[in-house]
Amino acid sequence: MATDLARAVKAFPTLMRVGVAEVVAYRAEFLVWILTTNMPLVMLALWHAVAAEGPVGRFDQAQFTAYFVGVLVVRLATGNWMAWQMSMEIRDGTLSAKLLRPIHPIYSYAADHLSAVPMRIAAASPIVVGLIATSWARLLRHDPRLGLIFAASLAGAWLLMFFSMVLLGALAFYVDSAMGVFELWMGVYGIFSGYLIPLEVLPGWVAKPASVLPFRFLLAYPVETLVGLLSPGQALRQLGVQWLYVAVIGVLALRVWRAGVRRYAAFGG
Amino acid sequence: MRSPVGLVARYAGLFGIQLRMSSLAAMQYRVDFVTRGLIAFLWSALTLIPLLVVFGVRQKFAGWSFGEALIVTGWFTLLRAVLEGAVSPSLTAVVEHVRKGTLDFVLLKPADAQFLVSTAKFEPWRVVDAVGALAIFGYAFAKLGRWPSFAQVLASLLFLGLAILILYSIWILVVSAAFWVVKVDNLSYLFGSLFDVGRWPIDVLRGVWRGTLILMFTVVFPVALMTTYPALALLGRLDLRTAMLALGGGIVFAIIARRVWRRALAMYTSASS
Repeated sequence: MATDLARAVKAFPTLMRVGVAEVVAYRAEFLVWILTTNMPLVMLALWHAVAAEGPVGRFDQAQFTAYFVGVLVVRLATGNWMAWQMSMEIRDGTLSAKLLRPIHPIYSYAADHLSAVPMRIAAASPIVVGLIATSWARLLRHDPRLGLIFAASLAGAWLLMFFSMVLLGALAFYVDSAMGVFELWMGVYGIFSGYLIPLEVLPGWVAKPASVLPFRFLLAYPVETLVGLLSPGQALRQLGVQWLYVAVIGVLALRVWRAGVRRYAAFGG
Repeated sequence: MRSPVGLVARYAGLFGIQLRMSSLAAMQYRVDFVTRGLIAFLWSALTLIPLLVVFGVRQKFAGWSFGEALIVTGWFTLLRAVLEGAVSPSLTAVVEHVRKGTLDFVLLKPADAQFLVSTAKFEPWRVVDAVGALAIFGYAFAKLGRWPSFAQVLASLLFLGLAILILYSIWILVVSAAFWVVKVDNLSYLFGSLFDVGRWPIDVLRGVWRGTLILMFTVVFPVALMTTYPALALLGRLDLRTAMLALGGGIVFAIIARRVWRRALAMYTSASS
């Protein structure tokens, strides 16, 4: 296990370079992928229309702007479609080649997606500028402690997303119609992560489960920290919960993956 | 040359055969059929939550009441069923054909290539979505406390035809792009994400950039024509002039798409051998 990790650490810079080269080579595609994340803007327009007649709870028009632009930034920085890639590779047998390499496939997946992060941040930078221009007064409550917590929550959100995707992608080892499950997952995510609606605005029967389910820590929690909806104390406490989820889902994902690889019978050659 | 009637009969027959093939293929995977149907149902239910939340906060917004907005959602659900069940599976296969060069086999067959590729694959379990859409319509009109007149239903059916035509035309345009740039699967995701806008009455975008966005979603990427206008027709809120303009625009759109497809096909130089 220790040598495994050492090997991965040694190979990681190269894997990252390959990943970056791939992203640069397919930049047009990458841009189209980024453009598919337009839902927060539609929801922003929608909630703007709703809030025109008066604020909804703590949310007035300016707060909605800050929130949804923040959603866009966090989503672009941490987004990840690995489940789709994994299930394709499992079904068409490309995974076999990855299994033959002297390094765990999870590491190469991680490198793949980590190397896209700089490009993602570059793509998100105009939106960050927009966020600063529209909501400077709210950002992180101008509190350096919240800044640190936000950075940690962003890393946590990325990891949580990554492990959730491994978990979902590994489903393709067991069921044929994994794609349908992904669709459903996206639907649940849309509601419970605060992607479509700020969780505070939800009625109690959805807001209660949303506050404990892991989805919130993928998106709503970092965003709320960013736009100053949480006090440093609240943010710190939730950071603990977030990283607890990272650990639990991480272990679960790796277990399911391992059991899946055992029953994997490659298709094709 | 064959008479027009004979031609129509022949293509209708071909259509029946293609549909039967897809159904048979789908029935082979019965468990898959049921689970995917179930998932589609749950997914549709989830997409209703934002609507419920918004109308939990406001009685009426952007000029739409809850019942009226539900009708837009109903059209969206119905069209999504058509898109995912009948339009996109076949056309996604075309992209594969172009990439691998197997489009040759389709082109060799003695029937129109656009027809053949467009009817190659159906996903019958999407019928669940269509049933869901009808349930939404029923509930919405019960909520509104009135039912549409026969003429209104007729007008909205006309718009349904138009919406399917536009949906299909846009897809043909996306697929035609495959002849130039080969990898377009993410274009189809972009399409899906823009189509999602149709879940809401188009008036919610009225405040954005003085209505530029509305113009874009009515003329350039006409989602408004696909969901908001049929709903307006069903509610009897659409005037004749707008309706005529919309119908004319949709037909022009389809003609352009057919032209582009012919152009793209002329460019095709098989990948194999």
